[in-house]
Amino acid sequence: MIISIASGKGGTGKTTVATNLAVSLESNVQLLDCDVEEPNGHLFIHPTMDGVRTVSTPVPEVDAGKCTLCGKCGEICQYKAIVVIGETVLPFHELCHSCGGCMEVCPEKAITEVGRELGVVEFGYRNGLEFVHGRLRVGEAMSPPLIRKVREYTQSRMQTIIDAPPGTSCPVIAAMKGADFVLLVTEPTPFGLHDLKLAVGAVRILGIPCGLIINRSDMGDDQARIYAQEEGIPVLMEIPFDRLIAEAYSRGQMIVEVMPEWKEKFLNLYHQIEHIVSHGRKDEAGLLR
Amino acid sequence: MKELVVISGKGGTGKTSILAAFAALATGKVLCDADVDAADLHLIMNPQVRERHDFDSGHTAIINQDKCTQCGLCRGLCRWKAIDEDFVVDPVACEGCGVCHYFCPEEAISFPLKTCGEWFISNTRFGPMAHARLGIAEENSGKLVTLIRQQGKKLAEENNLDLLLTDGPPGIGCPVIASLGGSTAVLIVAEPTVSGRHDMERVAELAAFFKVPAMVCVNKFDLNPEQAQAIEDFSRERNIRVMGRIPFDPVFTKAMVQGKTIFEYDGDSEGAGAVRNIWENLAKAMEI
Repeated sequence: MIISIASGKGGTGKTTVATNLAVSLESNVQLLDCDVEEPNGHLFIHPTMDGVRTVSTPVPEVDAGKCTLCGKCGEICQYKAIVVIGETVLPFHELCHSCGGCMEVCPEKAITEVGRELGVVEFGYRNGLEFVHGRLRVGEAMSPPLIRKVREYTQSRMQTIIDAPPGTSCPVIAAMKGADFVLLVTEPTPFGLHDLKLAVGAVRILGIPCGLIINRSDMGDDQARIYAQEEGIPVLMEIPFDRLIAEAYSRGQMIVEVMPEWKEKFLNLYHQIEHIVSHGRKDEAGLLR
Repeated sequence: MKELVVISGKGGTGKTSILAAFAALATGKVLCDADVDAADLHLIMNPQVRERHDFDSGHTAIINQDKCTQCGLCRGLCRWKAIDEDFVVDPVACEGCGVCHYFCPEEAISFPLKTCGEWFISNTRFGPMAHARLGIAEENSGKLVTLIRQQGKKLAEENNLDLLLTDGPPGIGCPVIASLGGSTAVLIVAEPTVSGRHDMERVAELAAFFKVPAMVCVNKFDLNPEQAQAIEDFSRERNIRVMGRIPFDPVFTKAMVQGKTIFEYDGDSEGAGAVRNIWENLAKAMEI
Protein backbone atom coordinates (compact mmCIF):
# COMPACT_ATOMS: atom_id res chain seq x y z
CA MET A 1 0.00 0.00 0.00
CA ILE A 2 1.22 3.48 -0.86
CA ILE A 3 0.18 6.30 1.49
CA SER A 4 1.05 9.81 0.36
CA ILE A 5 1.09 12.55 2.99
CA ALA A 6 0.21 16.00 1.71
CA SER A 7 -1.21 19.28 2.97
CA GLY A 8 -1.44 22.23 0.61
CA LYS A 9 -0.06 24.62 3.20
CA GLY A 10 3.51 24.11 4.32
CA GLY A 11 4.51 23.55 7.91
CA THR A 12 1.32 21.81 9.01
CA GLY A 13 3.09 18.62 10.10
CA LYS A 14 3.48 16.37 7.05
CA THR A 15 6.97 15.29 8.05
CA THR A 16 5.89 14.77 11.65
CA VAL A 17 3.12 12.43 10.54
CA ALA A 18 5.22 10.66 7.90
CA THR A 19 8.15 9.93 10.20
CA ASN A 20 6.06 8.91 13.21
CA LEU A 21 3.88 6.66 11.10
CA ALA A 22 6.90 5.06 9.42
CA VAL A 23 8.80 4.29 12.63
CA SER A 24 5.65 3.06 14.35
CA LEU A 25 5.25 0.42 11.64
CA GLU A 26 8.84 -0.67 12.42
CA SER A 27 9.50 -3.15 9.64
CA ASN A 28 8.61 -3.91 6.06
CA VAL A 29 8.09 -0.19 5.57
CA GLN A 30 9.79 2.43 3.45
CA LEU A 31 9.69 6.20 3.77
CA LEU A 32 10.17 8.10 0.52
CA ASP A 33 10.79 11.78 1.21
CA CYS A 34 9.55 13.44 -1.97
CA ASP A 35 9.83 17.01 -0.68
CA VAL A 36 13.01 17.21 -2.73
CA GLU A 37 13.28 21.00 -2.50
CA GLU A 38 13.45 20.87 1.28
CA PRO A 39 13.75 17.24 2.44
CA ASN A 40 13.51 16.96 6.24
CA GLY A 41 12.65 13.34 7.01
CA HIS A 42 16.28 12.33 7.55
CA LEU A 43 16.60 14.92 10.34
CA PHE A 44 14.13 12.87 12.41
CA ILE A 45 14.71 9.32 11.17
CA HIS A 46 18.51 9.67 11.45
CA PRO A 47 18.99 6.84 8.95
CA THR A 48 22.28 5.13 8.28
CA MET A 49 22.86 6.22 4.71
CA ASP A 50 24.40 3.68 2.42
CA GLY A 51 24.04 4.98 -1.10
CA VAL A 52 23.72 8.00 -3.32
CA ARG A 53 22.85 8.35 -6.99
CA THR A 54 23.08 11.44 -9.12
CA VAL A 55 19.91 12.08 -11.11
CA SER A 56 20.01 13.93 -14.36
CA THR A 57 17.54 14.73 -17.09
CA PRO A 58 18.33 14.56 -20.83
CA VAL A 59 18.94 17.88 -22.60
CA PRO A 60 20.01 18.50 -26.19
CA GLU A 61 23.52 18.94 -27.50
CA VAL A 62 23.93 20.05 -31.11
CA ASP A 63 26.66 18.84 -33.44
CA ALA A 64 27.47 22.11 -35.22
CA GLY A 65 29.14 20.17 -38.04
CA LYS A 66 25.85 18.46 -38.95
CA CYS A 67 23.43 21.33 -38.18
CA THR A 68 22.10 23.23 -41.19
CA LEU A 69 20.34 25.91 -39.05
CA CYS A 70 16.97 24.86 -40.46
CA GLY A 71 15.28 25.95 -37.20
CA LYS A 72 12.92 22.96 -36.86
CA CYS A 73 14.17 22.31 -33.32
CA GLY A 74 13.21 25.82 -32.24
CA GLU A 75 9.82 25.42 -33.88
CA ILE A 76 8.83 22.26 -32.02
CA CYS A 77 10.18 23.37 -28.63
CA GLN A 78 7.38 24.69 -26.41
CA TYR A 79 9.79 25.94 -23.77
CA LYS A 80 12.04 28.24 -25.81
CA ALA A 81 14.87 25.96 -24.74
CA ILE A 82 16.53 25.78 -28.14
CA VAL A 83 16.74 28.60 -30.69
CA VAL A 84 18.61 29.43 -33.84
CA ILE A 85 20.23 32.83 -33.56
CA GLY A 86 22.16 33.96 -36.60
CA GLU A 87 24.69 31.30 -37.48
CA THR A 88 24.37 29.25 -34.31
CA VAL A 89 21.83 27.11 -32.56
CA LEU A 90 21.66 27.71 -28.83
CA PRO A 91 20.22 25.20 -26.37
CA PHE A 92 19.16 26.65 -22.98
CA HIS A 93 19.51 23.60 -20.77
CA GLU A 94 17.83 25.10 -17.71
CA LEU A 95 14.60 25.71 -19.67
CA CYS A 96 14.51 22.23 -21.23
CA HIS A 97 11.74 19.83 -20.15
CA SER A 98 13.45 16.80 -21.73
CA CYS A 99 10.65 15.94 -24.15
CA GLY A 100 13.09 14.87 -26.86
CA GLY A 101 11.15 16.72 -29.56
CA CYS A 102 14.15 18.62 -30.98
CA MET A 103 16.18 15.46 -31.31
CA GLU A 104 13.28 13.67 -32.96
CA VAL A 105 12.52 16.47 -35.43
CA CYS A 106 16.10 17.23 -36.52
CA PRO A 107 16.40 16.08 -40.17
CA GLU A 108 20.21 15.99 -39.95
CA LYS A 109 20.34 13.87 -36.78
CA ALA A 110 22.54 16.63 -35.38
CA ILE A 111 21.08 16.52 -31.88
CA THR A 112 22.04 14.07 -29.18
CA GLU A 113 21.21 14.17 -25.49
CA VAL A 114 23.45 14.87 -22.54
CA GLY A 115 22.50 15.03 -18.87
CA ARG A 116 21.62 18.09 -16.77
CA GLU A 117 22.03 17.31 -13.10
CA LEU A 118 18.78 17.68 -11.15
CA GLY A 119 20.06 16.52 -7.79
CA VAL A 120 20.66 13.27 -5.97
CA VAL A 121 18.71 10.39 -4.55
CA GLU A 122 20.14 9.12 -1.27
CA PHE A 123 19.07 5.99 0.52
CA GLY A 124 19.64 4.25 3.82
CA TYR A 125 17.85 2.49 6.63
CA ARG A 126 16.95 2.58 10.30
CA ASN A 127 16.41 -0.91 11.67
CA GLY A 128 13.64 -2.40 9.51
CA LEU A 129 12.74 0.92 7.91
CA GLU A 130 14.01 1.71 4.45
CA PHE A 131 14.64 5.40 3.82
CA VAL A 132 14.95 7.21 0.48
CA HIS A 133 14.98 10.90 -0.30
CA GLY A 134 15.77 13.26 -3.15
CA ARG A 135 17.74 16.47 -2.81
CA LEU A 136 17.19 19.01 -5.56
CA ARG A 137 20.38 20.79 -6.63
CA VAL A 138 20.25 24.41 -5.40
CA GLY A 139 19.49 26.56 -8.44
CA GLU A 140 17.58 23.80 -10.26
CA ALA A 141 13.95 24.71 -10.96
CA MET A 142 12.36 21.41 -11.93
CA SER A 143 11.56 19.05 -9.11
CA PRO A 144 8.97 16.63 -10.61
CA PRO A 145 11.48 14.46 -12.55
CA LEU A 146 13.52 14.03 -9.36
CA ILE A 147 10.37 13.19 -7.37
CA ARG A 148 9.48 10.52 -9.96
CA LYS A 149 13.01 9.12 -9.56
CA VAL A 150 12.57 8.82 -5.79
CA ARG A 151 9.27 7.03 -6.39
CA GLU A 152 11.01 4.45 -8.57
CA TYR A 153 12.33 3.04 -5.28
CA THR A 154 8.79 1.97 -4.34
CA GLN A 155 8.71 -1.72 -3.47
CA SER A 156 5.31 -3.34 -3.74
CA ARG A 157 6.09 -5.90 -1.02
CA MET A 158 6.53 -3.06 1.47
CA GLN A 159 4.31 -0.38 3.00
CA THR A 160 5.30 2.83 1.28
CA ILE A 161 4.94 6.20 2.98
CA ILE A 162 5.51 9.27 0.86
CA ASP A 163 6.24 12.68 2.35
CA ALA A 164 4.94 15.11 -0.30
CA PRO A 165 5.97 18.74 -0.85
CA PRO A 166 3.60 21.61 0.02
CA GLY A 167 1.40 23.28 -2.59
CA THR A 168 -1.00 21.83 -5.15
CA SER A 169 0.84 22.06 -8.46
CA CYS A 170 3.05 19.67 -10.42
CA PRO A 171 5.48 18.60 -7.66
CA VAL A 172 2.60 17.59 -5.37
CA ILE A 173 0.87 15.72 -8.16
CA ALA A 174 4.12 13.85 -8.85
CA ALA A 175 4.18 12.82 -5.18
CA MET A 176 0.51 11.76 -4.97
CA LYS A 177 -0.23 10.15 -8.32
CA GLY A 178 -0.72 6.40 -8.10
CA ALA A 179 -0.96 6.37 -4.29
CA ASP A 180 -3.63 4.19 -2.69
CA PHE A 181 -4.46 6.80 -0.08
CA VAL A 182 -3.67 10.43 0.57
CA LEU A 183 -3.37 11.48 4.17
CA LEU A 184 -3.91 15.23 4.42
CA VAL A 185 -2.45 17.14 7.33
CA THR A 186 -3.92 20.51 8.22
CA GLU A 187 -3.92 23.03 11.02
CA PRO A 188 -7.29 24.47 12.08
CA THR A 189 -6.59 28.02 10.89
CA PRO A 190 -7.93 30.03 7.94
CA PHE A 191 -4.65 29.50 6.03
CA GLY A 192 -4.65 25.80 6.81
CA LEU A 193 -8.27 25.39 5.73
CA HIS A 194 -7.92 27.43 2.54
CA ASP A 195 -4.95 25.36 1.38
CA LEU A 196 -6.57 22.12 2.55
CA LYS A 197 -9.48 22.76 0.18
CA LEU A 198 -7.01 23.12 -2.69
CA ALA A 199 -5.27 19.90 -1.69
CA VAL A 200 -8.61 18.07 -1.55
CA GLY A 201 -9.29 19.39 -5.06
CA ALA A 202 -6.01 17.88 -6.26
CA VAL A 203 -6.73 14.55 -4.57
CA ARG A 204 -10.14 14.41 -6.24
CA ILE A 205 -8.71 15.15 -9.67
CA LEU A 206 -6.50 12.11 -9.14
CA GLY A 207 -9.41 10.07 -7.76
CA ILE A 208 -7.64 8.85 -4.64
CA PRO A 209 -9.42 8.26 -1.29
CA CYS A 210 -8.26 10.60 1.46
CA GLY A 211 -8.44 11.23 5.17
CA LEU A 212 -7.48 14.10 7.42
CA ILE A 213 -5.20 14.73 10.37
CA ILE A 214 -5.70 17.96 12.30
CA ASN A 215 -2.45 19.07 13.86
CA ARG A 216 -2.22 21.64 16.67
CA SER A 217 -5.90 20.86 16.85
CA ASP A 218 -6.63 23.22 19.74
CA MET A 219 -4.94 26.29 18.28
CA GLY A 220 -7.35 27.84 15.80
CA ASP A 221 -11.03 27.42 15.13
CA ASP A 222 -13.53 24.67 14.24
CA GLN A 223 -13.74 25.34 10.53
CA ALA A 224 -11.49 22.45 9.45
CA ARG A 225 -13.68 19.95 11.36
CA ILE A 226 -16.86 21.42 9.91
CA TYR A 227 -15.41 21.33 6.41
CA ALA A 228 -14.30 17.70 6.79
CA GLN A 229 -17.75 16.71 7.97
CA GLU A 230 -19.48 18.53 5.12
CA GLU A 231 -17.19 16.93 2.57
CA GLY A 232 -17.37 13.49 4.14
CA ILE A 233 -13.63 13.35 4.74
CA PRO A 234 -12.86 11.21 7.79
CA VAL A 235 -10.78 12.89 10.51
CA LEU A 236 -8.39 10.07 11.38
CA MET A 237 -6.34 11.77 14.09
CA GLU A 238 -6.03 15.00 16.02
CA ILE A 239 -2.73 16.11 17.52
CA PRO A 240 -3.16 18.87 20.12
CA PHE A 241 -0.59 21.61 20.45
CA ASP A 242 1.90 20.57 23.08
CA ARG A 243 5.01 22.58 23.76
CA LEU A 244 6.78 19.31 24.57
CA ILE A 245 6.05 18.03 21.04
CA ALA A 246 7.08 21.35 19.45
CA GLU A 247 10.34 21.47 21.39
CA ALA A 248 11.13 17.83 20.66
CA TYR A 249 10.49 18.54 16.97
CA SER A 250 12.86 21.49 17.10
CA ARG A 251 15.61 19.12 18.27
CA GLY A 252 14.89 16.48 15.63
CA GLN A 253 12.88 14.12 17.83
CA MET A 254 9.69 12.38 16.87
CA ILE A 255 6.53 12.33 19.00
CA VAL A 256 6.82 8.58 19.56
CA GLU A 257 10.28 9.11 21.04
CA VAL A 258 9.16 11.60 23.68
CA MET A 259 5.67 10.18 24.20
CA PRO A 260 5.82 6.44 23.45
CA GLU A 261 2.05 6.10 23.99
CA TRP A 262 1.59 7.76 20.59
CA LYS A 263 2.95 4.70 18.81
CA GLU A 264 -0.34 2.92 19.40
CA LYS A 265 -2.21 5.90 17.94
CA PHE A 266 -0.11 5.90 14.79
CA LEU A 267 -0.59 2.14 14.40
CA ASN A 268 -4.31 2.67 14.82
CA LEU A 269 -4.16 5.40 12.17
CA TYR A 270 -2.50 2.94 9.83
CA HIS A 271 -5.18 0.31 10.45
CA GLN A 272 -7.94 2.84 9.76
CA ILE A 273 -6.31 3.68 6.43
CA GLU A 274 -5.88 0.01 5.61
CA HIS A 275 -9.55 -0.51 6.35
CA ILE A 276 -10.67 2.35 4.09
CA VAL A 277 -8.42 1.24 1.25
CA SER A 278 -9.26 -2.46 1.44
CA HIS A 279 -12.98 -1.77 1.56
CA GLY A 280 -12.70 0.71 -1.26
CA ARG A 281 -15.37 2.71 0.46
CA LYS A 282 -14.98 5.68 -1.76
CA ASP A 283 -17.96 7.57 -0.43
CA GLU A 284 -16.62 7.29 3.10
CA ALA A 285 -13.40 8.91 1.95
CA GLY A 286 -15.32 11.70 0.30
CA LEU A 287 -14.36 10.83 -3.24
CA LEU A 288 -17.76 10.91 -4.83
CA ARG A 289 -19.11 14.11 -3.36
CA MET B 1 11.40 51.10 -6.77
CA LYS B 2 12.39 48.53 -4.19
CA GLU B 3 11.04 45.05 -3.72
CA LEU B 4 11.27 42.97 -0.56
CA VAL B 5 10.44 39.29 -1.03
CA VAL B 6 9.66 37.21 2.04
CA ILE B 7 10.71 33.57 1.69
CA SER B 8 11.48 30.75 4.10
CA GLY B 9 12.54 27.49 2.48
CA LYS B 10 10.39 25.53 4.92
CA GLY B 11 6.66 26.14 4.76
CA GLY B 12 4.62 27.40 7.68
CA THR B 13 7.30 29.49 9.38
CA GLY B 14 5.11 32.59 9.36
CA LYS B 15 5.93 34.33 6.06
CA THR B 16 2.40 35.51 5.33
CA SER B 17 1.52 36.64 8.87
CA ILE B 18 4.75 38.63 9.04
CA LEU B 19 4.32 40.13 5.58
CA ALA B 20 0.74 41.14 6.47
CA ALA B 21 2.08 42.82 9.60
CA PHE B 22 4.67 44.71 7.52
CA ALA B 23 1.80 45.88 5.32
CA ALA B 24 0.30 47.58 8.35
CA LEU B 25 3.58 49.38 9.10
CA ALA B 26 4.95 50.32 5.68
CA THR B 27 3.78 53.43 3.93
CA GLY B 28 3.40 53.82 0.18
CA LYS B 29 3.56 50.21 -0.94
CA VAL B 30 1.97 47.64 -3.20
CA LEU B 31 1.31 44.11 -1.96
CA CYS B 32 2.05 41.13 -4.09
CA ASP B 33 1.21 37.49 -3.31
CA ALA B 34 3.70 35.38 -5.26
CA ASP B 35 2.77 32.13 -3.50
CA VAL B 36 0.36 31.39 -6.34
CA ASP B 37 0.20 27.70 -5.55
CA ALA B 38 -1.36 28.19 -2.12
CA ALA B 39 -2.04 31.91 -1.86
CA ASP B 40 -3.16 32.99 1.62
CA LEU B 41 -2.39 36.71 1.90
CA HIS B 42 -5.87 37.60 0.65
CA LEU B 43 -7.36 35.95 3.74
CA ILE B 44 -5.92 38.80 5.81
CA MET B 45 -6.09 41.55 3.19
CA ASN B 46 -9.70 40.91 2.15
CA PRO B 47 -9.06 42.44 -1.28
CA GLN B 48 -11.78 44.18 -3.29
CA VAL B 49 -11.09 42.79 -6.74
CA ARG B 50 -10.90 45.53 -9.39
CA GLU B 51 -9.66 43.46 -12.32
CA ARG B 52 -9.76 39.74 -13.00
CA HIS B 53 -7.78 38.07 -15.80
CA ASP B 54 -7.32 34.54 -17.04
CA PHE B 55 -3.82 33.15 -16.90
CA ASP B 56 -3.31 31.28 -20.16
CA SER B 57 -0.14 29.31 -20.35
CA GLY B 58 0.93 26.01 -21.78
CA HIS B 59 -0.95 23.57 -23.96
CA THR B 60 -2.50 20.11 -23.59
CA ALA B 61 -2.76 17.44 -26.25
CA ILE B 62 -6.21 16.09 -27.12
CA ILE B 63 -6.62 13.14 -29.48
CA ASN B 64 -9.53 13.21 -31.89
CA GLN B 65 -10.77 9.61 -31.82
CA ASP B 66 -12.45 9.94 -35.22
CA LYS B 67 -9.18 10.71 -36.96
CA CYS B 68 -6.90 8.50 -34.84
CA THR B 69 -5.83 5.24 -36.55
CA GLN B 70 -4.17 3.96 -33.38
CA CYS B 71 -0.82 3.67 -35.17
CA GLY B 72 0.95 4.09 -31.83
CA LEU B 73 3.54 6.63 -32.95
CA CYS B 74 2.47 9.14 -30.28
CA ARG B 75 2.69 6.59 -27.49
CA GLY B 76 6.21 5.75 -28.57
CA LEU B 77 7.25 9.40 -28.57
CA CYS B 78 5.55 10.54 -25.36
CA ARG B 79 8.02 10.59 -22.51
CA TRP B 80 5.34 11.29 -19.89
CA LYS B 81 3.36 8.05 -20.40
CA ALA B 82 0.40 10.39 -20.81
CA ILE B 83 -1.34 8.44 -23.61
CA ASP B 84 -3.10 5.24 -22.57
CA GLU B 85 -3.86 2.08 -24.61
CA ASP B 86 -7.14 3.60 -25.77
CA PHE B 87 -5.31 6.67 -27.07
CA VAL B 88 -6.74 9.04 -24.51
CA VAL B 89 -4.43 11.71 -23.08
CA ASP B 90 -4.22 12.07 -19.32
CA PRO B 91 -4.22 15.89 -18.93
CA VAL B 92 -2.51 15.65 -15.55
CA ALA B 93 0.40 13.64 -16.95
CA CYS B 94 0.65 15.65 -20.20
CA GLU B 95 3.63 17.99 -20.03
CA GLY B 96 2.43 20.10 -22.96
CA CYS B 97 5.51 19.43 -25.07
CA GLY B 98 3.51 19.03 -28.29
CA VAL B 99 5.67 16.25 -29.69
CA CYS B 100 2.69 13.95 -30.32
CA HIS B 101 0.77 16.80 -31.96
CA TYR B 102 3.72 17.60 -34.25
CA PHE B 103 4.34 14.06 -35.43
CA CYS B 104 0.83 12.57 -35.69
CA PRO B 105 0.55 11.45 -39.34
CA GLU B 106 -3.25 11.83 -39.27
CA GLU B 107 -3.21 15.30 -37.70
CA ALA B 108 -5.52 13.80 -35.14
CA ILE B 109 -4.05 15.57 -32.14
CA SER B 110 -5.08 19.10 -31.28
CA PHE B 111 -3.02 21.20 -28.92
CA PRO B 112 -5.10 24.01 -27.43
CA LEU B 113 -3.81 26.72 -25.10
CA LYS B 114 -4.82 26.11 -21.49
CA THR B 115 -6.25 28.50 -18.96
CA CYS B 116 -4.41 27.39 -15.87
CA GLY B 117 -5.27 30.07 -13.38
CA GLU B 118 -6.37 33.62 -12.88
CA TRP B 119 -4.86 36.80 -11.53
CA PHE B 120 -6.27 39.88 -9.90
CA ILE B 121 -5.65 43.53 -9.29
CA SER B 122 -7.32 44.60 -6.08
CA ASN B 123 -7.69 47.32 -3.50
CA THR B 124 -7.05 46.58 0.14
CA ARG B 125 -7.14 48.67 3.30
CA PHE B 126 -3.33 48.75 3.06
CA GLY B 127 -3.04 49.73 -0.59
CA PRO B 128 -3.20 48.07 -3.98
CA MET B 129 -2.50 44.35 -4.33
CA ALA B 130 -1.61 41.96 -7.16
CA HIS B 131 -2.48 38.34 -6.53
CA ALA B 132 -3.32 35.14 -8.36
CA ARG B 133 -4.71 31.68 -8.13
CA LEU B 134 -3.07 28.85 -10.00
CA GLY B 135 -5.53 26.15 -11.00
CA ILE B 136 -5.29 22.95 -8.97
CA ALA B 137 -2.79 20.45 -10.36
CA GLU B 138 -1.60 22.99 -12.93
CA GLU B 139 1.86 23.81 -14.19
CA ASN B 140 3.65 27.03 -15.04
CA SER B 141 3.62 28.40 -11.51
CA GLY B 142 6.95 30.10 -12.22
CA LYS B 143 5.45 32.01 -15.14
CA LEU B 144 2.49 33.12 -13.06
CA VAL B 145 4.83 34.31 -10.30
CA THR B 146 6.79 36.34 -12.84
CA LEU B 147 3.58 37.81 -14.22
CA ILE B 148 2.19 38.75 -10.82
CA ARG B 149 5.43 40.48 -9.82
CA GLN B 150 5.39 42.44 -13.08
CA GLN B 151 1.81 43.47 -12.37
CA GLY B 152 2.83 44.51 -8.86
CA LYS B 153 5.57 46.74 -10.26
CA LYS B 154 3.19 48.21 -12.79
CA LEU B 155 0.68 48.98 -10.02
CA ALA B 156 3.40 50.70 -8.02
CA GLU B 157 4.43 52.84 -11.00
CA GLU B 158 0.85 53.82 -11.79
CA ASN B 159 0.25 54.86 -8.19
CA ASN B 160 3.63 56.50 -7.65
CA LEU B 161 4.51 54.08 -4.90
CA ASP B 162 8.05 52.87 -4.53
CA LEU B 163 7.87 49.74 -2.45
CA LEU B 164 6.70 46.28 -3.37
CA LEU B 165 6.12 43.80 -0.54
CA THR B 166 6.05 40.30 -2.01
CA ASP B 167 4.95 37.13 -0.21
CA GLY B 168 7.02 34.31 -1.68
CA PRO B 169 6.39 30.56 -1.92
CA PRO B 170 8.07 27.84 0.16
CA GLY B 171 10.78 25.59 -1.21
CA ILE B 172 13.71 26.35 -3.51
CA GLY B 173 12.32 25.26 -6.89
CA CYS B 174 10.71 26.89 -9.89
CA PRO B 175 8.27 29.35 -8.22
CA VAL B 176 10.84 30.46 -5.64
CA ILE B 177 13.45 31.09 -8.31
CA ALA B 178 10.84 33.12 -10.20
CA SER B 179 9.99 35.11 -7.09
CA LEU B 180 13.46 36.28 -6.12
CA GLY B 181 15.15 37.14 -9.41
CA GLY B 182 15.69 40.89 -9.71
CA SER B 183 14.35 41.76 -6.26
CA THR B 184 16.11 44.27 -4.01
CA ALA B 185 16.40 41.86 -1.10
CA VAL B 186 14.85 38.77 0.41
CA LEU B 187 13.88 38.30 4.04
CA ILE B 188 14.17 34.68 5.12
CA VAL B 189 11.73 33.84 7.92
CA ALA B 190 13.39 30.96 9.72
CA GLU B 191 12.11 28.67 12.44
CA PRO B 192 14.47 27.43 15.19
CA THR B 193 14.09 23.72 14.47
CA VAL B 194 16.45 21.24 12.84
CA SER B 195 14.28 21.29 9.73
CA GLY B 196 13.82 25.07 9.77
CA ARG B 197 17.57 25.51 9.95
CA HIS B 198 18.27 22.94 7.23
CA ASP B 199 15.74 24.56 4.89
CA MET B 200 16.86 28.09 5.69
CA GLU B 201 20.43 27.17 4.75
CA ARG B 202 19.29 25.82 1.39
CA VAL B 203 17.19 28.86 0.54
CA ALA B 204 20.04 31.16 1.65
CA GLU B 205 22.27 29.26 -0.76
CA LEU B 206 19.66 29.81 -3.47
CA ALA B 207 19.58 33.58 -2.83
CA ALA B 208 23.40 33.64 -3.01
CA PHE B 209 23.27 31.60 -6.23
CA PHE B 210 21.08 34.28 -7.82
CA LYS B 211 23.05 37.07 -6.13
CA VAL B 212 20.08 38.52 -4.24
CA PRO B 213 21.01 40.08 -0.87
CA ALA B 214 19.43 38.13 1.97
CA MET B 215 18.34 39.07 5.48
CA VAL B 216 16.97 36.78 8.16
CA CYS B 217 14.63 36.82 11.15
CA VAL B 218 13.91 33.91 13.47
CA ASN B 219 10.26 33.32 14.30
CA LYS B 220 9.19 31.44 17.45
CA PHE B 221 12.83 31.72 18.60
CA ASP B 222 12.03 30.69 22.18
CA LEU B 223 10.95 27.19 21.11
CA ASN B 224 14.64 26.44 20.81
CA PRO B 225 17.04 29.33 21.57
CA GLU B 226 20.12 27.25 20.69
CA GLN B 227 18.80 26.60 17.18
CA ALA B 228 17.89 30.28 16.87
CA GLN B 229 21.45 31.19 17.79
CA ALA B 230 22.83 28.64 15.30
CA ILE B 231 20.72 30.15 12.50
CA GLU B 232 21.94 33.64 13.36
CA ASP B 233 25.57 32.49 13.55
CA PHE B 234 25.26 30.78 10.18
CA SER B 235 23.70 33.94 8.75
CA ARG B 236 26.46 36.24 9.97
CA GLU B 237 29.10 33.93 8.49
CA ARG B 238 27.34 34.26 5.12
CA ASN B 239 26.86 38.03 5.33
CA ILE B 240 23.13 37.61 5.81
CA ARG B 241 21.98 40.45 8.05
CA VAL B 242 20.08 39.40 11.15
CA MET B 243 16.96 41.54 11.53
CA GLY B 244 15.68 40.20 14.83
CA ARG B 245 13.73 37.56 16.70
CA ILE B 246 10.03 36.98 17.24
CA PRO B 247 8.80 34.97 20.24
CA PHE B 248 6.23 32.21 19.97
CA ASP B 249 3.01 34.14 20.48
CA PRO B 250 -0.47 32.63 19.98
CA VAL B 251 -1.63 36.12 19.05
CA PHE B 252 -0.49 35.44 15.45
CA THR B 253 -2.98 32.59 15.10
CA LYS B 254 -5.73 34.55 16.85
CA ALA B 255 -5.24 37.51 14.52
CA MET B 256 -5.30 35.20 11.49
CA VAL B 257 -8.56 33.58 12.61
CA GLN B 258 -10.14 37.04 12.62
CA GLY B 259 -8.61 38.01 9.26
CA LYS B 260 -6.52 40.73 10.88
CA THR B 261 -2.88 41.68 11.01
CA ILE B 262 -1.25 41.29 14.39
CA PHE B 263 -1.28 45.09 14.80
CA GLU B 264 -5.01 45.28 14.23
CA TYR B 265 -5.60 42.42 16.67
CA ASP B 266 -3.25 43.41 19.47
CA GLY B 267 -0.61 46.02 18.73
CA ASP B 268 0.72 45.85 22.28
CA SER B 269 1.44 42.13 22.19
CA GLU B 270 4.97 40.80 22.49
CA GLY B 271 4.77 39.46 18.93
CA ALA B 272 3.69 42.83 17.55
CA GLY B 273 6.57 44.58 19.33
CA ALA B 274 9.07 42.13 17.85
CA VAL B 275 7.70 42.56 14.31
CA ARG B 276 7.80 46.35 14.66
CA ASN B 277 11.43 46.15 15.69
CA ILE B 278 12.26 43.92 12.71
CA TRP B 279 10.47 46.26 10.32
CA GLU B 280 12.49 49.21 11.61
CA ASN B 281 15.71 47.28 11.06
CA LEU B 282 14.59 46.27 7.58
CA ALA B 283 13.58 49.79 6.61
CA LYS B 284 17.00 51.02 7.69
CA ALA B 285 18.83 48.20 5.88
CA MET B 286 16.88 48.74 2.66
CA GLU B 287 16.82 52.53 2.99
CA ILE B 288 13.05 52.75 2.68
